Amino acid sequence: MGALYPIAAISFLAPSVALSSGWPKEAFQATELSDAMQLLLGETSPTEQADRIRVEAPDLADDGAMVRVKVMTDLPDIDSLTIFSPKNPVPLIANFKFTSKVKGVIGTRIKMAATGDIVAVVKSGGKFYSGRKRVKVTLGGCA
Amino acid sequence: MASKSIKIRAKLKNGTTTIKALITHPMESGRRKNKETKELIPAEFIQEVACVYKGETLLNVDCGAGLSMDPYVSFDFEGGAKGDQVKLSWVDNLGNSDSAETKIR
Repeated sequence: MGALYPIAAISFLAPSVALSSGWPKEAFQATELSDAMQLLLGETSPTEQADRIRVEAPDLADDGAMVRVKVMTDLPDIDSLTIFSPKNPVPLIANFKFTSKVKGVIGTRIKMAATGDIVAVVKSGGKFYSGRKRVKVTLGGCA
Repeated sequence: MASKSIKIRAKLKNGTTTIKALITHPMESGRRKNKETKELIPAEFIQEVACVYKGETLLNVDCGAGLSMDPYVSFDFEGGAKGDQVKLSWVDNLGNSDSAETKIR
């Protein structure tokens, strides 16, 4: 009987105070990178653009619970910059929705469950591009 | 404006303002178990962060428990002037929220 409670609690996720147009719940429930990309961005094959999107993160992270990442891009006209960690139970980490004044630099700290890529997808001029960085994770963060 | 959970700095240099924010928050996914009781720790994580400058939204972030505990976010924007106010707010899955303002230095 007690086992039912956590499931009921987890499904009750809607915040009572919304800051913007609505949190993309399905994308944040997707367990596969391609599903998360499809649900959030409507795109599963961004163009790999390693020369225009740089994902900076350590080669080796001792603590998967806190991996520093900085995404830098010189792509113009950015709508969004999205960070994924495909090996996490939920690959979608965060979606940064830009306005025109914001420059193509985002710094944050993420959880990584295991050794794998950090993938950044940038929507620029209506098209999707990606960059990635492989991080070796010694102790996986409970993501 | 004093905030319990947000530390924010806004610094202007060469026409670009850099915002750095550190938010105190557990960012629990709801998948972790309490080691002693073996029970799931309930989900408690920030879902949205918004940064506003001069009454206009600069940046909105949709996020989940994949961000580390005590989320850190840093970004730059073109413009800004010393003394201008920048405001940062967050909302989590439980409906808790907080916001903080700072002046660009």
